[in-house]
Amino acid sequence: MDLHLTGDRPTPEEKAAVDFELGGAPESVWEGGAPAEDGETWSSSGGNQKAESQRHLLLPVLHAIQNRIGWISHGAMNYIALRLDVPPAEVYGVASFYGMFSLQPRPAVVAHVCDDIACMTRGSEELCDQLDTRLGPENLPCAGGRAMWVRSNCLGLCERAPAVLVVKAGQKPQQRVLAPATTDRVQSMINDAANDVMPAAPDVLNPQLSVPQEGSPKLVLLRRVGKNNAPELDGYQRLGGYEALRKAFDLGPEGVLREMNASKLLGRGGAAFPAAKKWEALHLQRDLLKSNPKRKHYLICNADESEPGTFKDRLIMEGDPFAVLEGMTIAALATGAERGYIYLRGEYPLAAQRIAAAIEAARWEGFLGQNIQCSGLNFDIELRRGAGAYICGEETALFNSIEGHRGEPRNKPPFPTQAGLFRQPTVVNNVETLINVPVIIKQGGAAYARVGTESSTGPRLFCLCGHVDRPGLYEAPMGTTLRQLLTMAGGVAGTGRLQAILLGGAAGTFVSPKEIDVPLTFEGTRAIGATLGSGVVMLFDDSIDLKRILLRIAAFFRHETCGQCVPCRVGVVRQQEALQRLIDNRPMGSKADELVMLKEMAQAMRDASICGLGQTAASALESALQRWNVFA
Amino acid sequence: MILLWGSNARETHPIFFHHVLKGIHNGAKLYVIDPRRTSSAQWADTWLGLEVGSDIYLANAMGREIINAGLANTKFIEHATSGFEAYRDHVQKFTLERAECETGVPAAAIKQVAHAYAGAGRAQLCWTLGITEHHNAVDNVVALINLALLTGHIGRYGSGVCPLRGQNNVQGGGDMGAIPDRLPGFQHVENDALRGKFEKIWGTKIPARKGWHISHMLDAMERGELTTLYCLGENPADSEADRHRALKLLSGLEFMVVQDLFYTKTAELADVVLPASAGWCESEGTVTSSERRVQRVRAAVPMPPGVRDDTEIIFDLARRLGHNWGEPKAECIWNELRLLSPMNAGMSYARLEEHGGMQWPCYDEQHPGEMFLHGRLWNDPLIGPRAPFHAVESVEPVDALDQQFPIRLTTGRRLDSYNTGVQSGRLNSPLRNGETIDLSPADGRQYNLHEGEKVRVSSRRGSVVAPVRFDSGLRPGLAFLTMHFPDQVATNDLTIDAVDPLSGTSEFKATAIRIEKFLEQ
Repeated sequence: MDLHLTGDRPTPEEKAAVDFELGGAPESVWEGGAPAEDGETWSSSGGNQKAESQRHLLLPVLHAIQNRIGWISHGAMNYIALRLDVPPAEVYGVASFYGMFSLQPRPAVVAHVCDDIACMTRGSEELCDQLDTRLGPENLPCAGGRAMWVRSNCLGLCERAPAVLVVKAGQKPQQRVLAPATTDRVQSMINDAANDVMPAAPDVLNPQLSVPQEGSPKLVLLRRVGKNNAPELDGYQRLGGYEALRKAFDLGPEGVLREMNASKLLGRGGAAFPAAKKWEALHLQRDLLKSNPKRKHYLICNADESEPGTFKDRLIMEGDPFAVLEGMTIAALATGAERGYIYLRGEYPLAAQRIAAAIEAARWEGFLGQNIQCSGLNFDIELRRGAGAYICGEETALFNSIEGHRGEPRNKPPFPTQAGLFRQPTVVNNVETLINVPVIIKQGGAAYARVGTESSTGPRLFCLCGHVDRPGLYEAPMGTTLRQLLTMAGGVAGTGRLQAILLGGAAGTFVSPKEIDVPLTFEGTRAIGATLGSGVVMLFDDSIDLKRILLRIAAFFRHETCGQCVPCRVGVVRQQEALQRLIDNRPMGSKADELVMLKEMAQAMRDASICGLGQTAASALESALQRWNVFA
Repeated sequence: MILLWGSNARETHPIFFHHVLKGIHNGAKLYVIDPRRTSSAQWADTWLGLEVGSDIYLANAMGREIINAGLANTKFIEHATSGFEAYRDHVQKFTLERAECETGVPAAAIKQVAHAYAGAGRAQLCWTLGITEHHNAVDNVVALINLALLTGHIGRYGSGVCPLRGQNNVQGGGDMGAIPDRLPGFQHVENDALRGKFEKIWGTKIPARKGWHISHMLDAMERGELTTLYCLGENPADSEADRHRALKLLSGLEFMVVQDLFYTKTAELADVVLPASAGWCESEGTVTSSERRVQRVRAAVPMPPGVRDDTEIIFDLARRLGHNWGEPKAECIWNELRLLSPMNAGMSYARLEEHGGMQWPCYDEQHPGEMFLHGRLWNDPLIGPRAPFHAVESVEPVDALDQQFPIRLTTGRRLDSYNTGVQSGRLNSPLRNGETIDLSPADGRQYNLHEGEKVRVSSRRGSVVAPVRFDSGLRPGLAFLTMHFPDQVATNDLTIDAVDPLSGTSEFKATAIRIEKFLEQ
């Protein structure tokens, strides 16, 4: 298309980063190449279909620039526009959408310091204050101009709070995790990074720390975590891996769907939709696949775990990555998808490393690719990394993100199973949902359904964090009560006096200690007006000022709204402003007026927002106001 | 498939191009043939950057490839055309290899476009002034029509040939007989029976010989045969090739009347200027679009004081000359046309209103109009005469390149401006950067120029000064100017008035120039 570029030009380094990502230098001067020595060839090829076919490379290319240079200049964006035949305004639109991309010059080393609610219970404010004193204010260069620190939303390291992620741009970009972090450790890692001395691995998975039940024979979903360190395919198979896939080949797609239906597995990402229903929707469209070669089915593993307080998917991918691949492969068999994506949030370096290695190993051993294990099944997986956008966990926003557009949710219908990724039928499953699949196939759906309750079947993962004695990832059958779960985790930490529990993360609900005997099932939590969500159980002792937690949640949504629909874009801002006024004790009108306004706004957001973000942005606040007189 | 040949519709026909874009988004392939890699070409699946004036060579080579690859639509050729054998034999010398030498376009790309065009289920072949502003304009058009006949891409839904008109009512001007040899409805003035019909109804004698094209008129002024000019809505003082000569001849007229919406450069030379209404918003009447669709136009705003409707002025003039035509009423004039022009006979104002416009021919009030002008070619048995192939030769542009004038200048339009700027110049546009001479970056280096620097551009007829802009879509040796800013850069001081004998169009698209550093005093 005719691109209208500004005069900004890319540096050689920026060009090199883009060219490397796209697999070579541009073919002609018109795609940003150097003029040919012997003159140009006076014809060119391109066109809309070519442009559309490479649009999905936009996010990976932006990653390449950010990783290599540390920020994305207008010159670099112009070059990307030329190479991919994308309007520069759209390149800018996508680049400016993601939190991990900087469009302003930045030092190569940036420390992202989590100041979200889980870390707030573990001293993140003090950490930030000390960094401010020692290194200077956030967002400004420190360490001789070679580094800076910034506050960050939840990094998904809540069991080891407070958490810091140090990112270093360069030819060999590096991401290093510090958790639990101390001021001294952050300061020395920033200095080391600025001087190019960094630990070899991005992070260490310490099962004792992160999975306190490790070694227990009762574990089903977490049974391999910690037993197959630096996960290898052989080790995975020795521990029973890929047995389910073999059984699935014997069962065939219909048999797999039968077991899935019998298992009554509900999605573990937060929305609790029956997993088998989605699979069936694609299975029913199989005939169209044969008659139309352009038609494809896609399978997406939603690993964009960004709900504050949630870290279960990260630990699964770090500790048992092959289980995710096996679950996806069985799903591919049932749905007819030949291409799968794992959309992984950008802040998970160790999970990225392990999933990438697992995909490589599985390909090498014939568990991915053409004719998997001589079964006739063709299926391969591509790892895609997000770039710091909570909204991309919403399935339709995730499609747009993979396709190279701004990660804005789409209106439904059409539903993903009709027109999802690249407008093709698509199934999106959460990581935890997928690792239940091999369990179901191996045990049989009926046996699986006997665990838990009538309508909430199977084991469930819970992310315990905040003021709890042994934070970490816990596995318990559906129906376990909150009290039982707390006992497993050693009870309340901090002052020892429990004030509130947040279920389901920022988009979830607060419950009071009086409700501690609620069975943790979808129906049980619904009965008390709460939600299970993504399995977050975050505890707050009585030293915590709940108002500050509510304000932090409001700030989170204000930061993460995509801005596409009005109720959410305006609502999350007004909500935060009203909370701030209430906290400062300078309400507009009376306090009661403000609370009425907050309630009406919550209703408007719930009724009229396009996606779940706006619909749940007031949920935690409302649940708190119902239970406590927070602003007395 | 859409084939744009010698057209930068993205800039010159932006509304039309929106429809092209819709097609592209629905999966249509776009091919663009243009010496420049224009903004239209940047949307193309394949762009062929041929040498200026080598269109016939390219078309004939495509024709040969289509025939020799067995892709010609033999059924259609046998059914509805004539002269195929002569055409087939003629194009055999236009091999892909020789075409690559002559046009500068890689043989593989020529082959690809030929196959894509012949193989397409539906194909539109659209062209504009890149084809017609040449001394052999009609040959160029014929070479393209040959391709349409060869493949049967004509007279069917989604397939056809389409010269994109420059204004909303160029076609309407032709319909109404504003052509030297035609009366309204394209009826030849030298046909006694047809002329007789008009004479009977108009009650006057019509000269039995065809008139002059504008280029012929200039020649006639030079010979002293044409001394008085009544000029309506045209600005020849700026728009004619070899502008120096045009200015001299217009100034030498004994008497000139200009009737126009704007006070143009030509109006400045006139003895009498008649301010006329804006047809699109102040007048009643009709317009005809490129697809032969006649639509009603209605007055939406009153005319400013001192301005009169075009028909009113003409009626008044007639009265002063002793002919009372009555009151100038648009519908009455239209009904008179329906009486005289069979192709418009069925288009009453009521029907035009009812259908939101109708496509001619429309012979009576029951006729629905024709979506395809050439649909008859598919009728079995064939209606009317066969469509003839014409073997045409490729001829180089008249203004040859040599050592003194080594650079080929081609002219065109930009998105923000219109023709000589009379209509668009007084409106601001954020896109407008004034006139520049566009050069390839390689030429810029060779002449040691930088962007924005002023250079002297000279042809065999004149010279102008313009700032330089680099455009990587231009090949070395090719330069580009527009005629939008005649007061700033009088581009038509450079162009040649070598005229196509059949259409009367000058070769605006091919001028030999040289570029020199310009040292300001």
